Amino acid sequence: MSGQSPRAIPGGLRWVTVLGALGLVVLILPLFGLLLKAPWPRLATLLAAPDLHAAFRLSLVTSALALAIATLLGVPLAWVFARRSFPGLGVLRALAVLPMVLPPVVGGVALLLAFGRRGLVGAPLESLTGLTLPFSTGGVVLAQVFVAMPFLVVTVESGLRQADPRFEDVAATLGADRWTVFRRVTLPLIAPSLGAGMALCWARALGEFGATITFAGNLAGRTQTMPLAVYLQLETDPDVAYLLSLILLAISVMVLLALRGRFLRSG
Amino acid sequence: MKVWLASLLLLGGCSGQVAASDGTPPREELVVFAAASLTEAFADIATGFELANPDTKIIFNSAGSQQLAGQIIAGAPADVFASADTRQMDNVAEQGLLAAAPVPFAQNELAIAVERGNPLDINGLEDLARPDLAVVLAADEVPAGRYTNEMLAAKGIPVAPVSREPSVRAALSRVVLGEADAGVVYRSDISANSGDVTGVAIPAEDNIIATYPAAVIAGGNHSEAGQLFVAYLVGTNGQATLLDHGFGVLPSEGS
Repeated sequence: MSGQSPRAIPGGLRWVTVLGALGLVVLILPLFGLLLKAPWPRLATLLAAPDLHAAFRLSLVTSALALAIATLLGVPLAWVFARRSFPGLGVLRALAVLPMVLPPVVGGVALLLAFGRRGLVGAPLESLTGLTLPFSTGGVVLAQVFVAMPFLVVTVESGLRQADPRFEDVAATLGADRWTVFRRVTLPLIAPSLGAGMALCWARALGEFGATITFAGNLAGRTQTMPLAVYLQLETDPDVAYLLSLILLAISVMVLLALRGRFLRSG
Repeated sequence: MKVWLASLLLLGGCSGQVAASDGTPPREELVVFAAASLTEAFADIATGFELANPDTKIIFNSAGSQQLAGQIIAGAPADVFASADTRQMDNVAEQGLLAAAPVPFAQNELAIAVERGNPLDINGLEDLARPDLAVVLAADEVPAGRYTNEMLAAKGIPVAPVSREPSVRAALSRVVLGEADAGVVYRSDISANSGDVTGVAIPAEDNIIATYPAAVIAGGNHSEAGQLFVAYLVGTNGQATLLDHGFGVLPSEGS
């Protein structure tokens, strides 16, 4: 491409530019719509709405818990997928990643069938302990873990695959036990992937709607997270819904900024 | 290029005409936004209406009335709006979106839906306050939810629901699925699902009367067909169908 003036676009490439610009408009216009139509004058009064506070607190608490559980369970799982090999591993990995692409409401239905009061695990759980997961904050966390953990697993697994295992081998030959190897060699090596995986996982957990409303239901303060509040406030006080949407948009932008360079770059 | 043009035509081709495959003239599509509780009744009404008006095909959009009102106010292409309460209809009217005044066409009352066979022995509104029960109600802005709030407040019964659902049918489905022990829904909803749930009646003196209005939306291309539909709802056939589905019909003139 050397010697080509940047201003001269050959005929065929004009279509590329036009179509690309159209794609950009489709993606960016709704965001501008939200920014322009937001109830800026009412901001101060709206921020005092109790339902908004409840939804905000609940979203932060549940997504933080979901992130903690997803990290605790997901990093070992990613390690198994990256470093182990046995018959059926590929199938297990495909199944473990499935919630990532499953339509969220389908995820909610599946959670009901497994953990609902008449579910596979839920029914014995209720009769043995009296514990029910639907309609509880625990149910919200479960739904978020279900949809968000695969993001962490996939990202960390990719980081583990890219990390050179020889560093770990050398550490072992120098006398480090497996936990020390993991803590002092592996973790620092995969830190960027782990960070990106955790950011993606948290963002997905925060934004979860379909599985949450289907499995956990909707009750302010207990199960009504911010996305559910947006959905319901739209019919009650749209300005509160717009404000909640702005907050979620701002958080999404911050997550993307934190991931810039790592996630947006290929490989 | 031809593929491009063809896809553009397909995308933009919503002219509201349905062409029959045997070459008969296309049927006019009438879009009716109907409250969730009207689902089964309106399916039968549509059959009857299309028999009487073979040139028209009815398309339904069913959801909580507050969702439908919101959609209409946001510009959704509805021809007729049938709401479960007058408040949501008034919300639409305030925006100047009705072609004519709303017409009441049905009545409904609330009832308690419980698991088939009523194993938990729920017999009335007072039982809903029992701490061991998982009770679901429709959300505050859903007509059924608002009616329930009024009813319970009038009786002074403190109910702590485990969830407030976006439509009365969503609340009913919680009971059907066994996730909730009881839900306050319409009597007509229990008629529609008599195989899956048992209904516990609420005495008339405690109950509310929900009045369902219907109106033609202004600015559409199908206002004549819309008016015919609303007229069908209050006519003999429409009223008989609604009665079959557990709705109360309008009091007769002069009563």
